[in-house]
Amino acid sequence: MLKQIEGSKAVAEAIALCRPEVICAYPISPQTHIVEALGEMVKAGDLTPCEFINVESEFAAMSVAIGSSAAGARSYTATASQGLLFMVEAVYNAAGLGLPIVMTVANRAIGAPINIWNDHSDSLSQRDSGWMQLFAETNQEAVDLHIQAFKLAEELSMPIMVCMDGFILTHAFERVDIPTQEQVDGYLPPFDPRQMLDPAEPVSIGAMVGPEAFMEVKYLAHAKQMQALELIPQLAAEFKQQFGRDSGGLVRTYRADDAETMIVAMGSVLGTVKDTVDELREQGHKIGVLGIISYRPFPLKEVRAALVNCKRFVVLEKSLAVGMGGIVATDVRMAVSGTGLKGYTAIAGLGGRNITKASLHKLFLEAEQEQLPPVTFVDLDWDVVNKQLEREKQNRHSGPIAENILYDKGMSSSAKFG
Amino acid sequence: MANKPFAITLKPGTSLANLTGSWRSSRPVYLNRLPPCNNACPAGENIQGWLFHAESGDYEQAWRVLVRDNPLPSVMGRVCYHPCETSCNRGQLDEAVGINSVERFLGDEAIKRGWKFDAPAASTGKKVLVVGAGPSGLSAAYHLARMGHQVEIQEAGPLAGGMMRFGIPKYRLPRDVLDAEVQRILDLGVTLKLNTKVENIEQSMQLGAFDAAFLAVGAHIGKRAMIPAGDASHIVDAVSVLRSMEGEDKPMLGRKVVVYGGGNTAIDVARTVKRMGGEPLIVYRRTRDRAPAHDFEIEEALQEGVMIKWLSTIKQAEAGEITVERMELDDKGFPQPTGEFEKLEADSVVLALGQDVDLSLLQGVPGLDVKDGVVQVTPDMMTGFPGIFAGGDMVPSERTVTVGVGHGKKAARNIDAWLRGITYVPEPKHEIATFDKLNPWYYSDADKTVRPMLDIIRRQTSFDEVQGGLDETNALFEARRCLSCGNCFECDNCYGVCPDNAVIKLGPGKGFEFNYDYCKGCGICEAECPCGSIKMVPEDI
Amino acid sequence: MSFQPVKFYQTGTYTVGNRLLAPDARSVQAGELRSNSINSGHRACQGCGEALGARYAIDAAMAESNNQLIAVNATGCLEVFSTPYPESSWQVPWIHSLFGNAPAVATGVAAAMKVKGKNNVRVVAQGGDGGTTDIGFGCLSGMFERNDDVLYICYDNEAYMNTGVQRSSATPPTARTATTMPVGPEPGNVFGQGKNVPEIAMAHGIPYVATATVADLRDLEYKVRKAMKMHGARYIQIFVPCPLGWGSASHDTIRLARLAKETGMFPVFEAEHGEVTGVLKIRNKQPIEDYLKPQKRFAHLFGKHAHPEMVAHLQAIADRNIRKYGLLDEEKAHG
Ligand SMILES: Cc1cc2nc3c(=O)[nH]c(=O)nc-3n(C[C@H](O)[C@H](O)[C@H](O)COP(=O)(O)OP(=O)(O)OC[C@H]3O[C@@H](n4cnc5c(N)ncnc54)[C@H](O)[C@@H]3O)c2cc1C
Ligand SMILES: Cc1ncc(C[n+]2csc(CCOP(=O)(O)OP(=O)(O)O)c2C)c(N)n1
Ligand code: SF4
Ligand code: SF4
Ligand SMILES: [Mg+2]
Repeated sequence: MLKQIEGSKAVAEAIALCRPEVICAYPISPQTHIVEALGEMVKAGDLTPCEFINVESEFAAMSVAIGSSAAGARSYTATASQGLLFMVEAVYNAAGLGLPIVMTVANRAIGAPINIWNDHSDSLSQRDSGWMQLFAETNQEAVDLHIQAFKLAEELSMPIMVCMDGFILTHAFERVDIPTQEQVDGYLPPFDPRQMLDPAEPVSIGAMVGPEAFMEVKYLAHAKQMQALELIPQLAAEFKQQFGRDSGGLVRTYRADDAETMIVAMGSVLGTVKDTVDELREQGHKIGVLGIISYRPFPLKEVRAALVNCKRFVVLEKSLAVGMGGIVATDVRMAVSGTGLKGYTAIAGLGGRNITKASLHKLFLEAEQEQLPPVTFVDLDWDVVNKQLEREKQNRHSGPIAENILYDKGMSSSAKFG
Repeated sequence: MANKPFAITLKPGTSLANLTGSWRSSRPVYLNRLPPCNNACPAGENIQGWLFHAESGDYEQAWRVLVRDNPLPSVMGRVCYHPCETSCNRGQLDEAVGINSVERFLGDEAIKRGWKFDAPAASTGKKVLVVGAGPSGLSAAYHLARMGHQVEIQEAGPLAGGMMRFGIPKYRLPRDVLDAEVQRILDLGVTLKLNTKVENIEQSMQLGAFDAAFLAVGAHIGKRAMIPAGDASHIVDAVSVLRSMEGEDKPMLGRKVVVYGGGNTAIDVARTVKRMGGEPLIVYRRTRDRAPAHDFEIEEALQEGVMIKWLSTIKQAEAGEITVERMELDDKGFPQPTGEFEKLEADSVVLALGQDVDLSLLQGVPGLDVKDGVVQVTPDMMTGFPGIFAGGDMVPSERTVTVGVGHGKKAARNIDAWLRGITYVPEPKHEIATFDKLNPWYYSDADKTVRPMLDIIRRQTSFDEVQGGLDETNALFEARRCLSCGNCFECDNCYGVCPDNAVIKLGPGKGFEFNYDYCKGCGICEAECPCGSIKMVPEDI
Repeated sequence: MSFQPVKFYQTGTYTVGNRLLAPDARSVQAGELRSNSINSGHRACQGCGEALGARYAIDAAMAESNNQLIAVNATGCLEVFSTPYPESSWQVPWIHSLFGNAPAVATGVAAAMKVKGKNNVRVVAQGGDGGTTDIGFGCLSGMFERNDDVLYICYDNEAYMNTGVQRSSATPPTARTATTMPVGPEPGNVFGQGKNVPEIAMAHGIPYVATATVADLRDLEYKVRKAMKMHGARYIQIFVPCPLGWGSASHDTIRLARLAKETGMFPVFEAEHGEVTGVLKIRNKQPIEDYLKPQKRFAHLFGKHAHPEMVAHLQAIADRNIRKYGLLDEEKAHG
């Protein structure tokens, strides 16, 4: 059913249709609206049977989900940013134990400085946690990915994060087709856990494993994600059959056929990228887009196939490996290694900075002309940065950076009076 | 399990594959230690053993275990001075277990219920003569009979019991009790010939074609003291006084009766005099704490109105009057005369200064060794003449009923061996379960049960039994106060406290076993065994 | 009404079993068919109080729940010595997730049981003092506050043993640990404010809070069984001596637990909905030295460079416990 609906609300409805049995909630923007909506549904008796637990921290949220999942209940939680970091130990643990928990990450920057706006550094920090990560481009896709996520997680007995851009998607009112319960039930079978805490058949879960078997355990986790590379397209195909929509999969290309320049990105920014590419195409530029949906497992083969025929590519990413550069870009370069393709990294939109079409225009054209440095910081205010660097060079006690930057931008109160 | 995640999920209980027993440097073993009560009992009773059954209310089984060693529990439960209680470990906790009162309860219960001894073993065809039907003779006869020997007791007196009948007063040992326990021994097939004084032991043995003899003629000749006495003075000995209490003619002692001596016999005579309406006065040369009589007996006598003059000796006895001299103890605790004299009213003087043995029946027996008026015996209870054994008061001993019973048992075992041409080898004594071997924490606080006492008026005027017995409930309670020193009583502590489940419980009555596959040798079981029935022994590695 | 020892039976309720007791009055541990929830072959040190306490507690919980039990375990000695791949000692369904999240994991398990309608399946969480009073404290408090249907059992051996005996917030003042060495003018752990987690648990007003020791099995079982009869958040802290960490003889494990109680150092009590409802009285009060001396972790308080003032301070702590909880019978207190 088509609805004009807030992204968070839409996702909450999709989660509810998946019949979660235990939901753990701890508030953090911009995830709050999702769990609030679910809480209300449980409280009202619309989502039953389901235990909605207001935990005291994200660490507890993931831990409760670990317990409930291990005991055979379909378990869900959502978080973002600091919350995700606060639960990290349990995030790794859930994956290590092979528990098919589904978690929405409403992507948000990580402090300090504390910042509530969107970028991808939170979930990307969990790249190696053993969780699968699927990135939604639109709210429709967010809805659809959640439904697929439960099936994928439970099939492999591995946890998944469904990542959607904070505010940009979570708080956007858009038209979303919310499937019916019958449709979802037809797609997603009840949870049949691979292992379970059960007095009738006791097992000991979570043993201490030494060097004699640890590598094997880790390899097996890797092998599962390799299996996911096959399963994800398969589930997307089944999804299409059931719901009549293309959603999910590993990667998705746009106007890529004869493209000489390819823009690679994840999440909602693909919308702006596509708009820009449309405009550039109209101007005759051979430019196309590669959207990555499955960040983990990373579809090396599909990315390579999508890029192998272009001349150059730009990875536009909302994340920064401080001291190194791009995070997604590293993986993309690995995918095309040996091809001799020229690749550029563009870091953009950190902490919610707007990624404008104008900036992208400029960026893409420079790329086309191969005038880009290897790593570009899109719309970085060099003036401010250089001034601060200069100050620090001059004076060891150069004062608080944030205050200085505001001053330089003429926004601080001291600027007014000073 | 095959489809469970590899390595991080494990099958339950699989640690059994890990035999932690290899960590051990010492291993626990179960053992039985000798309880101090058993060790102290002159009759060699397995006290802890019979209390164990009494604890569960199985009094018959308790009695049966008891009479394996002592056929006279009802008597013993009244007259024994219970050295077992003196050495009872519980005494270090609160008060000793009332072993003696439980014993009496069991004995009385046996009489009440008519329990009989187990049938004797198959006849050996050997004949044994027992001389004297005192406790020692009766005990020997009992044990010999149970071993299958044909036993005949020849007793000089008109009734069996020896000093139990002709010494110990009725108010301490009612005669029906004695009669019942003697009869039960006779019921085993023991022949008792009364009024049959053995004048010459060799003759008597030949006459009856006995293969061996056990002599237990006691010590019946009252010791005299050299007291200058006027013709009209009335001086008698304690044993005769007490003996005559059993006959038709009660002794004529007058009103003021002076009893001379400080032992239990003196006390018994004085208390008897009191009951007959006399006014007894005990004269003793030392102090109360140095008197050989048991303090509780002195106490009971005093309660009943017996007067005692400590630190005094009789210097002179005249008609109706004696002269005493006050004594003083020297540094060594010996009484020394002071030269201070005093005259006291005395219608008669009873000498309670101990007894000598009448050894006339041994006249002419070669090889005998008599020292200090008593017959010397080997540790096997045999006299210098092969085949003649002796025990009780007539051999060097403490002269108690219990010692006599013990001698009888020991002699019986050795006679049995001697008759079979072998030597009796007693089982090696286990190490003693001293208090430090116990973990007394585990015993609940429970004060000793006090036996009821007859009211004072009846104690002063009748020969009714002074001390009452326990009833079922308090006998059970008292039995359960036993700590079971050195012997497993299935408290399950070892089974419970092992952090490695390395103790196997075999079921009621079967005890426990260590599972050395897993026992790490931590020693908690030994430390927490309440009764000291586990010992850690080093592994030889 | 608090635990009532059976009177007038030789050993009363002090021993594990008693052949004279009626079968239904016997302890779980006395039973030939006890579940041995943590089985032989585990790798705990010789005389480990934690291994013992865990079997006592979990067997009792198994008995009370009709073997319908799931156990959650925090990281720590108990976890490590019971489940090193490829062998597990546990005979109950058991999960270990992390050091600091056992209460939350248990909440999850309980939620799953509820949502699945398996109301007969009960959940126990367990951890060491470190996992409970320190790193897991947030999760514990959250579980309490929500009154989740979990019995949490803390095995208190007064330090981080698994990592090599470091101080925890349950480590007593003056005790030597690897991070509170007996050096300097105030050797060993400091006299801090303390952190009485049973009382903090009580402050949550949860249905049941109790302390117990491995020296009083019957009391321990009574408390576990009582807790298992209730629903909602419940907390039991069990005092479990650690021979390795305390430097005590392996055979002294139970004795030390007994002394901790008999000196007043470890008050044994129970509370319902935030109010103390019963205490296990001291039977035979002992001076604190009797408890301290057999443990090497207190060795620096005695001997050549003795610290009698610190011993006195510890005695004062014990005495305060005695006063506060009324651990002595009236007559003994004044007599
Ligand atoms: C007044 C008194 C009170 C006592 N109270 C206690 C007490 O409370 N507790 C305690 O443990 N002990 C007590 N004793 C001591 C105890 O009675 C004796 O130690 C014990 O009876 C000795 O036993 P026995 O078998 O050796 O000799 P006896 O009991 O003296 O028995 C010897 C028997 O042999 C018979 N006899 C002697 N010569 C011959 C012979 N030639 N032929 C055949 N038969 C013969 C005698 O008639 C007698 O029946 C008391 C003693 C006295 C005198
Ligand atoms: C988050 C985290 N921090 C630290 C550790 C290391 N660690 C494992 S067990 C342990 C000590 C456990 O102490 P306690 O909870 O008291 O249990 P015990 O071993 O004493 O039984 C520590 C510090 C860990 N596993 N996880
Ligand atoms: S406690 Fe029992 S076994 Fe121990 S000495 Fe006393 S009566 Fe004998
Ligand atoms: S270190 Fe302590 S708690 Fe850990 S296994 Fe050893 S004795 Fe038990
Ligand atoms: Mg600890």
